[in-house]
Amino acid sequence: MNLKRIKAITRKEFIQIIRDPRSLGMAIAFPMLLLTLFGYALSLDVDNVPLVIWNQDKSQVSQDYILNFKASPYFKIVGYSDNYKELQSYVDKNKAFMILVIPPDFSSLINSKQSAPVQLLVDGSDSNTATIAIGYVTAVTAGYNRKLAIDSLSHLGVRDITPVDMRTRIWFNQDLKSRNFIIPGLIAIIMMVIAALLTSLTVAREWERGTMEQLISTPIKPRELILGKFIPYFVIGFVDVLIAILMGEFIFQVPLRGSVVLLFILSSLFLTGTLTMGMLISIVAKKQLLASQMAMVTTFLPAFLLSGFVYSIANMPTIIQAITYIVPARYFITILKGIYLKGVGLEILVIPVLFLSVFAFVVVNLATMAFKKKVT
Amino acid sequence: MNTKNDITKAVEVSELEKKFGSFVAVDRISFQVNKGEIFGFLGPNGAGKSTTIRMLCGILLPTYGTGHVSGYDIIKEQKLIKQNIGYMSQRFSLYEDLTVEENINFYSGIYSVPADKKKERKEYIIRMAGLENLRTSRTGILSTGWKQRLALGCAIIHEPGILFLDEPTAGVDPIARQMFWKLIKDMAKRGVTIFVTTHYMDEAENCDRLALIYNGDIIATGTPNQLKTEFMKEDVLSISIPQPEEWIERLNKLNTIRETALFGTMLHAIVDNEKSATGSIKELFARDKAFDYEVRRIQPSLEDVFVSLIKSYNKKG
Repeated sequence: MNLKRIKAITRKEFIQIIRDPRSLGMAIAFPMLLLTLFGYALSLDVDNVPLVIWNQDKSQVSQDYILNFKASPYFKIVGYSDNYKELQSYVDKNKAFMILVIPPDFSSLINSKQSAPVQLLVDGSDSNTATIAIGYVTAVTAGYNRKLAIDSLSHLGVRDITPVDMRTRIWFNQDLKSRNFIIPGLIAIIMMVIAALLTSLTVAREWERGTMEQLISTPIKPRELILGKFIPYFVIGFVDVLIAILMGEFIFQVPLRGSVVLLFILSSLFLTGTLTMGMLISIVAKKQLLASQMAMVTTFLPAFLLSGFVYSIANMPTIIQAITYIVPARYFITILKGIYLKGVGLEILVIPVLFLSVFAFVVVNLATMAFKKKVT
Repeated sequence: MNTKNDITKAVEVSELEKKFGSFVAVDRISFQVNKGEIFGFLGPNGAGKSTTIRMLCGILLPTYGTGHVSGYDIIKEQKLIKQNIGYMSQRFSLYEDLTVEENINFYSGIYSVPADKKKERKEYIIRMAGLENLRTSRTGILSTGWKQRLALGCAIIHEPGILFLDEPTAGVDPIARQMFWKLIKDMAKRGVTIFVTTHYMDEAENCDRLALIYNGDIIATGTPNQLKTEFMKEDVLSISIPQPEEWIERLNKLNTIRETALFGTMLHAIVDNEKSATGSIKELFARDKAFDYEVRRIQPSLEDVFVSLIKSYNKKG
C-alpha cells in the first residue's frame, strides 16, 4: 500500500464528485426524499377506520352501544343510513370500510336479557386492515357486554368481579407507533440502496472513458485503487447517515435510546460493506448503465423484502429464511432497532455485527480479486 | 534514466503470442528495440499493434513466449515494468472534468514522484505542452493537439526510460502532429527509448527502425531506408503528364504495369521491370499523341513497400 497513490486517487475522486453537482445533489437529496416519502406514507397503524351505521332499532339502548364506537379513537363514524343501496355505495366509493347493522329488535332482546345479534359487514379487499378492524369491533362489543353483565349482576347484589385481570405493559415502543420501528428500518434500506448506487458508477465510468486503460499501466495496486475510491464515497455515505438520523430525531421524533457513538460506528461498518459491494458491481459490469441497474436490483428488493422490515422473517419458508442470512440490511435493521428502541449495547448486538463484518471482509476481497482478474 | 544499466536492449521479445479464444491477435513474434532509438510499429488497424504494446506494458499477459522490457520480465515483473515505463493509450486518457494541473498532480501522485521534484516536473510538462495559460482550464475544453501533448506529459512525469505510444497522433491536425514528433525526437536525443505504433506511413519516416506488422505477424524490420531499398522487388515509376487521372485506366491495361495510382499531380506505377515498363509506357503515349511527359524511376515510399509486402504475404497464404 502506497499512501501517495491512495491520496492521489481520493483527491481526484473528490474533485470529480464536486465538479458534478447533479450527482452530488442526488447523493444527498435522494435519501432525504425517500425517508420523507416513506416516513409519512408508510404507516402500519390502523386507526380512524371509517364506519357507517344502519341503526334499525333507534332506541336509547342502541344509541348507548353506538356511543362506544364514537368514543373510540379507532373509529370514525362517517354516516348513518336506512337504505341498503346507499350503504353499499359508501363501501364501493371507499368512504366507509365497515357497515354496522343493528336489527330492529336489538333493545327488546337486550331488555329481555336475551342475546341480541348485530351484523358487521367488512370490506375484505385489504385483509390485514380488515383483520385488525374486526378486532377493534370485537373489543368494543366485548367491553359493552361486560358493562351490561356487571349492571345486571349488581341488580342481583353481586359485586363486580373479574376472574382474570390482564394488565399489559408495552416495552420499547410504549405508544405502539409503527413509525418508531419503520424509521430505523427505512434508514437501513435507504442506506443500503444509496451506498451501492454511489459507488456503482465509479469504476465503470473509468472503463467507459478509457482512463482505466491508462491507470492499469501505472504501478497502482487494486487495493490502493479500491481504497482510494472508497474514502470519498464513505464521507458522502456518512453524511447521508447523519442526515437520516437527524431527520429521525427532529422530523419523525423517533426516540434514540442507545449510544449515538455506537450507532455511527456500526453504520460505518455497514457502509464499508455496501459501498464496496457497489464497487464490486462497477468492476464486474464495466458499463455505467448496467452497473447502476445491477446495484438497484441487488440492493433494493432484498433489503425491502428479505430484511424483515415489511415481512417477518420467522413467517417465511425455510429456503427464503436461509437467503435472508446474506442480506446485510437484515443485520443493520436489527442493529438500528436495537439501538433506537431498546437502547441496547454492543454486547447484545454481537451476532449482527459479526455478520456485517464478515460481509464487509468478503466483499472487499471479492472486489480486489475481480479487479485483478479484469486487468490481466 | 530509470532503466537497468547493464542492458543494451530496451525491449527484447521472443516468440510472443496472444490468443483471444481461438483468435490469434499476435502470432509468435520476435524483435528487439535498442536503447535510445525511436522504434516504429507500423501496421493497419487490427494487425496486433495495440495487443503487442499492451503485453509489453504489463497490462496483458502473453499466451506464449517471453519478453523483457528495460531488463524486466514481462510475465513475472509487471510491477517493476510499470514503474519504469510511460504509456500513452490510443484515447488520450485524461480526466476531462479535471483541470490541466489537476491531471498532472494526479499522475504525479500515482507515480509517487518525490516531493522535491514535483513542482519542477509539473512546470516542465506545462511548458512542453504549451499550456502555460491554461493551467486551471478543464481538460475537456482543450483541443485534441493540447490533450495529446498533456497526455504525453502525464506519461513521462516520472521520467521513464522507455515510452510506449499507441497511435499517439490519431485524430490530431497536421501542425499538432509535427509539434508532437519534434517533442518525441527531443526525448529520444536525451536517451529515452520510444516505442510507437502508427498506421500513418509519413510518420514512420521519423523512426530510426521499423517493424511492419500484419495479421499478427512481423513481415519486415529495418530502417526506413533499408525497407525501401531491400524489401521491394518491384520498381516504382513516377509519371508526370497533363490530366494524369485520364491515363490511369489505359496505363493499367499494359501488362508490364501492376498498378497505377494518383500521387499528388503525378502518377505512380508499380512495375516488375523498369526498362520494359518504360518502353511500353512511351509507346502508349506516342500512340495516343501525348508528348509533354516525363517517366523516371523513383525510390518507393514506405506505403509502396508495405502494399507490396502485404501482397506477397497474402500470396504465400
